[in-house]
Amino acid sequence: MTAQPAIRLSGLTKEFASVTAVDHVDLEIAEGEFFSMLGPSGSGKTTVLRLIAGFEQPTGGTIELFGADVTRTPPFDRPVNTVFQDYALFPHMSVLDNVAYGLRVRGVGRAERRERAMRALAAVRLDGFADRKPAQLSGGQRQRVALARATVVEPKALLLDEPLGALDLKLREQMQVELKQLQRELGITFIFVTHDQEEALTLSDRVAVFHDGRIEQLGTPRELYENPASHFVADFVGTTNLFGPDHARTVLGREGEFSIRPEKLTLAAAPSAAGGERSAAGTVVDSIYLGSGLRHIVDLDDGPRISVLERNDRSRTVDPGRGDRVHVTWHDEDVVALIPPGA
Amino acid sequence: MTSAHTTRRAPALPRASAARRGSAFLTAHPRVRLGLLLAAPLFWLVVVYIVALVLLLVTAFWTVDSFTGEIRIDWTLDNIVTVLTGALYQTVTLRTVGVAAAVTVIDVLLALPIAFFMAKVAGPRLQRILVIAVLMPLWASYLVKAYAWRSVLSQDGILEWLLAPLGLHTPGYGLTATIITLSYLWLPYVILPIYAGLERVPDSLLEASSDLGGRTWRTMRSVVLPLAFPAIVAGTIFSFSLSLGDYITVNIVGGASQMLGNLVYTNVGAANNLPLAAAIALIPIVIIFGYLALVRRTGALDNL
Repeated sequence: MTAQPAIRLSGLTKEFASVTAVDHVDLEIAEGEFFSMLGPSGSGKTTVLRLIAGFEQPTGGTIELFGADVTRTPPFDRPVNTVFQDYALFPHMSVLDNVAYGLRVRGVGRAERRERAMRALAAVRLDGFADRKPAQLSGGQRQRVALARATVVEPKALLLDEPLGALDLKLREQMQVELKQLQRELGITFIFVTHDQEEALTLSDRVAVFHDGRIEQLGTPRELYENPASHFVADFVGTTNLFGPDHARTVLGREGEFSIRPEKLTLAAAPSAAGGERSAAGTVVDSIYLGSGLRHIVDLDDGPRISVLERNDRSRTVDPGRGDRVHVTWHDEDVVALIPPGA
Repeated sequence: MTSAHTTRRAPALPRASAARRGSAFLTAHPRVRLGLLLAAPLFWLVVVYIVALVLLLVTAFWTVDSFTGEIRIDWTLDNIVTVLTGALYQTVTLRTVGVAAAVTVIDVLLALPIAFFMAKVAGPRLQRILVIAVLMPLWASYLVKAYAWRSVLSQDGILEWLLAPLGLHTPGYGLTATIITLSYLWLPYVILPIYAGLERVPDSLLEASSDLGGRTWRTMRSVVLPLAFPAIVAGTIFSFSLSLGDYITVNIVGGASQMLGNLVYTNVGAANNLPLAAAIALIPIVIIFGYLALVRRTGALDNL
């Protein structure tokens, strides 16, 4: 990482009529980083992206791009480009003209414009579609045109606003791979806004989890998943079993709030005696076959209803059915303490 | 209590009333349904509208008996020839087209910024207020508005009073006054379609243009105007055709100037020459068709 960050937000605040969409956000994003902003709708992640792009004016704080303060700079003078959620392709222009638009605006000559746009289209494997209108393309193709249009002007950072939100699952997974490849090839900063935690974890170098206009936790995907700092992050990133203060006392024998991931739990016929391991008795409510694994829903005698994820392999010791008595077992190291809200 | 019992034993299905039987019949016979639905509008469109237009067209090829003043069904092209070759008709046609074109240009120039502000800048509340404000003049009578302008434009009117300190004067009654008044009258008809058209342009397109480096003027020229073009054309059709057919405004504020509508009016009334009036009335119809054909060739109507 270079000393100077690609993007630095300091005390960034955006208030709409009655809501504070972004509440004093401080953030530094390094050059060449694939950075995701993750959060539910209304958490402020898209507003932060729009503030960086320049579509919104902050009510407070500053935005620096590559060391230069751009807080009051209009979008057309910022060295970043955006891929919009609805792609925002110009419907009256051909695919080629769409991609060449940024070059035309910059006064690049006709021949060079065409050549560079064609190269950008070839990079997203759409060079055969140059003369079509956006309406004649599929969702995935439009998405790739939007990518080509935003990257052809060689931005220093690319802002992506839920770019895969409108695609079906198969295409989404394919585009995730392509996005990651593209980011490596271009070597520029990608800022990726999504509400899909899996997408954020798969793609990113670092993820910021947004909640109520603030960054709730900032870290690598592994840190977020293994060591969620708060109830909100534990619940939002992946699925988890939460133990509130009461259940923590009865089941875990500890004070505070805790989280255990479903895949860290196993089912056994008898309580575990191994070192560092603990067990709790319960009744199986349901067992769901997932193909690669099984999800058991268990009502603990002294605790909440929890979810246990087992791999579909020979490591399983019991094959419980509805109503069976089981012992849910975990290792103490897999119990993650959460910072209580407001602390 | 017994009634509760019976209700429980005979549930849901209500008794077959005449209305329900009628509905059932219509559900089973979609053609009858369609027929009933379209009977009134089709009657209006075919009988009242198309027949009247065709009659007008046909009348233009008849003659008036110069002794009795009655219409005779003698097929002739005389009226058409008169209208096409007469110096009076040529002058008035040119004048009318000129006035309509001027009104249209003024209205589009005024409507574009207003509609853009309404659709893209104003907040939802202000937007509603502005839509009502634009519609409000349509609640007042056409005549009242025309006479209001007559008073505004008069030699001792408010315009003269406002302009006098600047060394300027009211244009008085004449073609300029006609253009001003018609521009005022048709402005809402031009604003509304352009506003609706701009509303349909997603904000993200403007943001995308700006994001790619397009300054305001470039975004307007390359993105907003092309996308709003069909809507602008729709607006110009209103202002242009309404101006072509007008004869009241020009009577009220036009001084001695005449437009095609006035010629139609005098030929129907004073001159009692309905066939000639019909022939004159064909002029704006032909012009509008020409205009539509021209617009069609630009491809502006393809995306409607």
